[in-house]
Amino acid sequence: MPRLLTGNRLETGDVLWWAGSDWSLHIRDAVAVDDDGEALIARLAPQERINDLVLIDVDPTPDGWRPRSTRERVRAVGPSVRPDFALPSLPVDAI
Amino acid sequence: MAEVYRLRADPEHTAPAVPLAEYQPGGTAVWLEAGDDARLLVPHLGALRRIDIAFPKFREGRGYSSARILREAGFTGEIRAVGVLYVDQLMFLTRAGFDAVLPETPIDPAVAEQTLKRFPFVYMKATDAVQPVWELRERA
Amino acid sequence: MYRYDEYDQAVVDARVAEFRDQVERRLKNEISEEAFKPLRLMNGLYLQLHAYMLRVAIPYGTVDSRQMRMLAHIARRYDRGYGHFTTRQNIQYNWMKLEEMPDLLADLASVEMHAFQTSGNCIRNISSDQFAAAAADEIADPRPYAELLRQWSTLHPEFSFLPRKFKIAVTGSTIDRAAIKLHDIGLELVQNEAGEIGLKVLVGGGMGRTPMLGHVIREYLPVADYLSYMEAILRVYNRHGRRDNIYKARIKILVNDLGPAEFARQVEEEWALVKPLGLDPPPSELARIAAHFAPPVLDANAPVEIDLSNPDFANWVAVNTHPHKAPGYTIVTISLKAPGEIPGDASADQMDIIADLAQRYAGDEIRVTHAQNLVLPHVRRADLFDLWQVLVSAGLATANLDRASDIISCPGLDYCTLANARSIPIAQKLAVKLAPQEADLGELKIKVSGCINGCGHHHAGHIGILGVDRKGEENYQLLLGGSGAEDATLAKILGPGFDENGIVTAVEKVIDRYKTLRADPAERFLDTYRRVGAEPFKEAVYG
Repeated sequence: MPRLLTGNRLETGDVLWWAGSDWSLHIRDAVAVDDDGEALIARLAPQERINDLVLIDVDPTPDGWRPRSTRERVRAVGPSVRPDFALPSLPVDAI
Repeated sequence: MAEVYRLRADPEHTAPAVPLAEYQPGGTAVWLEAGDDARLLVPHLGALRRIDIAFPKFREGRGYSSARILREAGFTGEIRAVGVLYVDQLMFLTRAGFDAVLPETPIDPAVAEQTLKRFPFVYMKATDAVQPVWELRERA
Repeated sequence: MYRYDEYDQAVVDARVAEFRDQVERRLKNEISEEAFKPLRLMNGLYLQLHAYMLRVAIPYGTVDSRQMRMLAHIARRYDRGYGHFTTRQNIQYNWMKLEEMPDLLADLASVEMHAFQTSGNCIRNISSDQFAAAAADEIADPRPYAELLRQWSTLHPEFSFLPRKFKIAVTGSTIDRAAIKLHDIGLELVQNEAGEIGLKVLVGGGMGRTPMLGHVIREYLPVADYLSYMEAILRVYNRHGRRDNIYKARIKILVNDLGPAEFARQVEEEWALVKPLGLDPPPSELARIAAHFAPPVLDANAPVEIDLSNPDFANWVAVNTHPHKAPGYTIVTISLKAPGEIPGDASADQMDIIADLAQRYAGDEIRVTHAQNLVLPHVRRADLFDLWQVLVSAGLATANLDRASDIISCPGLDYCTLANARSIPIAQKLAVKLAPQEADLGELKIKVSGCINGCGHHHAGHIGILGVDRKGEENYQLLLGGSGAEDATLAKILGPGFDENGIVTAVEKVIDRYKTLRADPAERFLDTYRRVGAEPFKEAVYG
């Protein structure tokens, strides 16, 4: 199962997705880290710039990555009750 | 462990602190675990010169009560907080009765000085001599 | 309204400077996140699902128009134009940036507000009766007693690292609008035979994972002993409360393990030791604070009779106003529960409008209720129609106080990192479904939490809903029979849980059964449930 690396930016709290060489605000830019995930966390965590680094399980879909847990889908899209703030990565009703 | 940060002018009493269970009357330094009952030491405060109190984790807060109880009982020797402690807790520690800290990560004395003079007024009496604002208001 | 003096202002200003320094040290990596997190939490700053969330303290739920306008300004300047009023009478902002926090806190301090101790294992914001100083049923305004506690608990050197968070509520009325039996300490102002005011002290109530009702440990505590007695309770808890398991660390567990009588004995023993230390301020300090809460000058000739010929207006007056102690005046509750909207949310524009109304019509005061509504406490009945018209145009005239669509809901999994399920969508669906028949249903309190911590007070709901995670899916348990009022009880789980649509249907079935069971149209759902028990409802839902 593909895994993505995600966290929140220290300065802003923004939800971030690891996009291969840098972070993106959008899950559609994320790249699967799979077996490299733990090593990436071990490298990035000591820099103390991204909080709550975690690997999450996703499924590939024609619309892009779909996190398996409701929690991570909410993080990827925005609050389901405020579609006006939804990020463009996934449709709100995908939550 | 880093250096001990002391707010006392007297020479450091360096005798090893013995655990409360092994403490013998007349002993001058004792070690209290976070959950130890500080009141058991009250009969021995005349002999004691240093009491170390353990803070095994940041969330631990029983030591604040222990220190305050010892000061309320009249202890004037050193009360040393030992463990997971940060400079930003100094005001709580000193007002509760601690006058030395042995933290896991070093305390920057410049930051400590700033921290200790940060709040110009306090709302409640504690073990230090600082008057609470209700006394200042009363006087005004 | 309490006004800061030079001392109060200096403490709040120092707190802003302290946090500015702490944020700067964190941004420069001079301190680790591990060391910084407790510091930001003690300033009410959480990292939630989408961003930081800031919880601003609203002591005992009272603000004036100037402060409400500042809350609106913060929503616009630092957030996305709205805020969320909480079940602890505070306000939360959902889209905060750490780097902007020092400026935000400085803005708050400029109107005598702060975020002190809105998180962390310390004494939290003191809550109180939203109708304080206005309700006909109170013996005295509880807020001076709450303000004294606010000051005493601010940066307390001994009680800032308690086993767990600690919540205190104060009421001045036997009609309990502050849920004092569901707080770590609940205080009720009472009078002795000589007519002197003292405090009845309850300890060990709370919701969350192990809900319990508080126990009276003192029927009458003289005001002169107030703070030293609080010190004694907190010291017994700080020393002996469990620290090995955060789910068993609240004072209710200690009180329950020791038994209320033994707990009370230990408090009295400790109190005998701390009382001589001179921790209690003189009576002049309470008097000084109380002088700030002098009631507004009211119009003695305010007319009682008003024109109620507009039926929508008459309905709103009947549902959303409450008797005031002064004739010709009333207490207005502004519902933040328009069916389909997010419970407790208010836009910056709405906050500004409410601030204007408070200034114009309500003695310049606004209260936040634990049911996530706002209150204008001192309104001339003769001004009600003008006020109502403004509310109508702002979308704030929903007439549903304490009715089926006046639903309490925590932010749930739409925002909160602790949540297991979304709670707002459930509240929205139920409110839309139930609003058309709510007049017939009468008082019905529905409360929704997205996790076991119970910020949505599901255990105190006539109908409570608890969101849980079941194998990765959102699942909802149905509870019946709770109350947070003077007749407090804890709601009980009815049976197996439901999915999002299933829970809405289940609530509808419960309500349909209630309509066939009620003794007369005036019997509340809660009273019917208490009379007939859970069985008929179980059969209606699962049968």
